[in-house]
Order: sequence, then C-alpha cells, then structure tokens
Amino acid sequence: MIIFRRTLLVAGLSLSLLSTAFAADITGAGATFPYPIYAKWAEAYKAKTGIGLNYQSIGSGGGIKQIKAKTVDFGASDMPLKPEVLEKDGLMQFPTVMGGVVPVVNLAGIQGGQVKLTGTVLADIFLGKIKKWNEPEIANLNKGVALPDQAITVVHRSDGSGTTFIFTNYLSKISPEWKQKVGEETSVSWPAGVGGKGNEGVASYVKQIKGSIGYVEYAYALQNKMAYTLMQNKEGNYVSPTADTFKAAAAGAHWDTAPGFYEILTNEAGKQSWPITGATFILMHKSQANAENAKTVLKFFDWAYAEGDKLALSLDYIPMPDNVVKLVENAWKAQIKDASGKVIW
Amino acid sequence: MTDTQVMRGSPPAAALAKKIPRQNMSKSISDATLKRQHLGDKLFRGTTRMFAFLVFALLVAIIISLIQGAWPALKAFGFKFFYAAEWNPVTDEFGALVPIFGTLATSAIALLIGVPVSFGIALFLTELSPKWLRRPLGIAVELLAGIPSIIYGMWGLFVFAPVFQEHVQPWLIDHLSPLPMLGFLFEGAPMGIGILTAGIILAIMVIPFIASVMRDVFEIVPPLLKESAYGLGATTWEVVRHVVLPYTKIGVVGGIMLGLGRALGETMAITFVIGNAHQFSTSLMMPGNSISSALANEFNEATSELHIASLIELGLILFIITFIVLSLSKLLLMQLAKREGKQT
Repeated sequence: MIIFRRTLLVAGLSLSLLSTAFAADITGAGATFPYPIYAKWAEAYKAKTGIGLNYQSIGSGGGIKQIKAKTVDFGASDMPLKPEVLEKDGLMQFPTVMGGVVPVVNLAGIQGGQVKLTGTVLADIFLGKIKKWNEPEIANLNKGVALPDQAITVVHRSDGSGTTFIFTNYLSKISPEWKQKVGEETSVSWPAGVGGKGNEGVASYVKQIKGSIGYVEYAYALQNKMAYTLMQNKEGNYVSPTADTFKAAAAGAHWDTAPGFYEILTNEAGKQSWPITGATFILMHKSQANAENAKTVLKFFDWAYAEGDKLALSLDYIPMPDNVVKLVENAWKAQIKDASGKVIW
Repeated sequence: MTDTQVMRGSPPAAALAKKIPRQNMSKSISDATLKRQHLGDKLFRGTTRMFAFLVFALLVAIIISLIQGAWPALKAFGFKFFYAAEWNPVTDEFGALVPIFGTLATSAIALLIGVPVSFGIALFLTELSPKWLRRPLGIAVELLAGIPSIIYGMWGLFVFAPVFQEHVQPWLIDHLSPLPMLGFLFEGAPMGIGILTAGIILAIMVIPFIASVMRDVFEIVPPLLKESAYGLGATTWEVVRHVVLPYTKIGVVGGIMLGLGRALGETMAITFVIGNAHQFSTSLMMPGNSISSALANEFNEATSELHIASLIELGLILFIITFIVLSLSKLLLMQLAKREGKQT
C-alpha cells in the first residue's frame, strides 16, 4: 500500500480525489485573480515541504459553490461573503493578498497616467451619460491634454468577477445614481458598452477598440503596457496605480473591527491611497471533519504569510501587513475546530 | 423488426454462413460453430441496438436535467422569460430576449451570406471549374472546415474587427442608416464588434460545411440526367436549376441545416466578436449576446440560484430552437416530396 501511495505521489498525480484520499496534497478552488500567486506559493511550498497544492481557478462563484459542497479544502473568492452568509453556511474567511483595479483607455497619442478622472466622472462614463472624450466633464479635469472628439466605448467584464465587484463597489460608493441603477455585484446589468471575458478579454477589447475605456487588474495593465488613468482619491489627490498607492489604501483598512474580515478597500482615506483597491479571500469550514487535513491547509497559509511576501510583490500583489496576519491567525484559533470542538490551529 | 426476424431464421442466411468458410478453403462448419456464430450475431445486434438507444436515452436525460435545472427560473419568470430584455444579476431579474435575438440574428446573417456563397462554390467546383483546379479548391474548402472555432474568433477580433471598424462600418452607417425601412439595422457608432461582425464570422465558419456537402451531393447527380438536359439544349443554369437541384434537394437542405446547426451552437468565435452585452438593440452594429456565449461567459461565476437556473433555461431554449429548426427542415422536405408526387 505504501509503495502504491509512493508511486502515485511520485508520478505527480494531482487529481484532487486522489490527493484528498491520501491526505497529502491540499485542494482549493475559486478566484482567478489570485491564481498566479497561489500557484507560485504552491510551487515554492512543495519544494520546501513536499506538500502540493492543487488550486483550480474556476472563478469566485465556483469557489464558493465548491467549498459549500465540501469538495475542496478551501474556497477562494475576490468578493468577501457577508458575515450573516458565513454564519449560515458555517464558513469563515480571511484575506490573503491585495491588489488594485485600474481603468485603462485606448486613445491615440495618450500615454499611461496622462488622463485624470474622478470617481463621479468614471461612474458617468460607465453609466453611458458621458458619451464623448472631449465632453466638458472630462476636459475640465484634463486641461492641456488633447482629448479627441471620439465616442467612448465602455468595456466591461462579461463573466462574473471579483474585479467587477471591487470596481462596482467603488462606483456605488461614489455615485448614488450608480448605486441605485446598477449596484455592486460580481456581475451587474451594465447600462452601456461591450463585455470581454476575463481580464485578458477586457484588455484585448480595449486594445482593439479606439476610444474605449475598461478596467483590469493592475498586473494586466502592467503586463500589457496599457494606458492607465490617474484617479482622484477620497482626499482629492490624483494618484497613479502603484504598489505604494495600494499599500496606502490597505493601511487605512480596519480589519480589526470588521466582523468576519468583511472589509472592502475601495475609496479608503489616505493622501496616497489608490481608490479602487481590494483584497482576495480564502473560505474554510469552521467545523473540520479531518483535523489533520485542515491543519495542513492552515500551515500552508501560515507559511505564505510569513515567507510569501517577496513572491507576491514580484507578481504585483500586495501582501497583508503583519498586524492583519496576526488577526487572521487569531481567528483561526477562535473559529476553526475539529469534529469534537477542539481547536486545530 | 420484421426484416430482422426474417433474416434470423431464414435459410439463405445459414447458407451464406456456410458458403463463406468454403470459399476460404477452411474446415467445414460444425453445429457448435454455427451456434456460436449465431450467438455472435445476436450479441452484435444487441450491442448496436444498445448504442442506438443510448443516444435516445441521453437525449431524454438531457431534456429532463435541463428542465430540472431551469425549474426555479421557469417558476419565477414563466413565459415572461422569453420576451423580457432585463438581465440583472444584482436584482435577480432575468429575461432571454437579448440572447435569443442575438442567436437568431447572427445565424440568420450567417445563412444569408453563407448559403449563396456556398452554392456558388459548389456549383463552380462541380460544373464550371477546370478539372485541374477542382482538387486544390475542394481541399481548401475542407481544410477551412477543420480550423478550430477559437481561431476564427481570434482572427475576427484581432484582424477583421479593426478593418471592419475603420473601413466598412462608417460607410454602412453613413449610407444605410438613412434608408427608410432598413435604416434601424445600421444605426450607432462603429465599434468593430457586434451582431453584424459575429454574423459575418459565422458565415465564414459555416461556408465550408455547406459548400462541401453541396459539392458532394451535386457530384452524385447521374451524368446521364445532366447530359440529357444539355442535349435538349439547356444552359448550365437551367441544368442546375431543373436537374441538379431537384435531384439533390435533400442533401442541399441537409447541408444548410448542418451549417445552421453549427451557427446556432457556436460559442467561442461568437464570444470574441459579439460584444457580450445584455442590452437590447435592433441595430446590427451594436453589441449583443448569444445564448451559447452567455452560457460560456456567466456559468462559472453565477452564484445566485436564479442566475444559474436562468442560464440553464437559456440552454433549454437553445435546445428547443434547434429542435424547431430540425422539424421545420423535415417538414420542408416532406412538403417538397409531396409536391413532387403531384406533378408526376
């Protein structure tokens, strides 16, 4: 039996069924946004401990479904679940990394960081109220920039997405009209524009359609060298999307007072804060039938918090500050129990 | 059923079984071998029947699971689902008008362009083309059919759409939108992607299917018939119109249906170029959505029960549309056959 098990592991079979059956690898499913960093962490962790992580980036919605059905050890979602939902399903959540959502434009002759936008103007563009680039609302913010007399094509996500949740959450906070007409969700009823599938879909539509504006994860904007806009933050400053401005936004978060880590980092205070920032979350069951397995999962994230910061930064994610990590590990102690009610962590 | 019963017990079958080994010059057949072969026949028949019925069982199972999955949406929206344009995951209100319209409109455009072009291709290849050109052209058409649909989608988005946006759409909008009856189809800003683009890409995708079927059926028309017509002084067009087409109509309709089937169910290529927007617009320049691309886009991340159920109901609708289209084509063929009987 042991030899059989060995050969399976050596063969590197990562089928989730097998791996859970043999309690060696851990399995997770969910959000696509943190997939690159989870994969990187998994690789480094496997090299160190021999324990692999099989993470399927099937989307936040899928991740929530899978963890509810208990087919995976943890689910991952870019949208935090509300405390009452967590309570209902016996789940707990904690944030792993943070990132920013960046408006990107395709305007002839305009480079990244040249166009300034406020939240209200951004909302009006996505509502379809501002139809041309040279309309006074935009022009007044951008004196000295040659904005073309061109129709604006809005590009949004066509699939449900945590990115969309962060973006629409921000617009809802800024614009009462947006909140009332559209609202905040992982997918919404868009008043205007075309939809691209995934960050890459939005990125390629924005590149293809002249006069378009879309929103993507920071990493995509960076990798595709897209023209991002400056955004006005809560304090009235225009900031550009960088690791520093995301960190500034994260610093203003109140993780300690947010029940169930339900904290969304959009429109945070702080002179340097990027207004459209968000965290991504892990979901686990509070009551674990297989305590050993749950501990393996928690050990992995403990390692990732402690050793994974550099890897995260190299992929343009913002690691969680140490005080938040402490809060998370306290929550593990307080909430995750085995079948007999004993603390696992 | 009667056929098979006759076959099973009839002496000719046994005689045939005896004959074959004799031809092979092998040893004569004992009763045991005969019995074994008989059993083999039975098994073979049973197995093939099982496979055939498997298709039927699958079909029924799919329908049942679709209805079951769509039940919450069927209950919540009822008939309104078919004509409501609202698709709002925030308020959990769903209607299928936009994707149904997108699916039908893109398929219609695809056939409108694809059928005449395919007919032309098939006609040229079978009647007009010099012999040496037939093979390379025929192979080219068949190769086109083998390209995966995502390639068409990417080509559509990265190559076709920008050209279309800059050079074709502005002209269409300027010249066609003032037209009295059809103008509403061509209003809006040139975006490069939208229902018309999706329809054109689909047309390119279905042409090889329809054209190669048409060519194949045109080729099986007996030369005797065609030559008789030519001998009576008919022109090429008259031969095609009055001899080739009537002789091959089942195959031609079948080829068109094959193309339509592909057009209705096409997912990836459409998702790239249709714009994936749930806003209803009668203009072909505007982005829309199709049933299959809505499914591809939203299924993974749909969280609320009604959203999932609505998506499954979309699948059910596509199923129904395909069924209606198939039935209509069968009906059309039956009608044609009836008329034929009257004439003779």
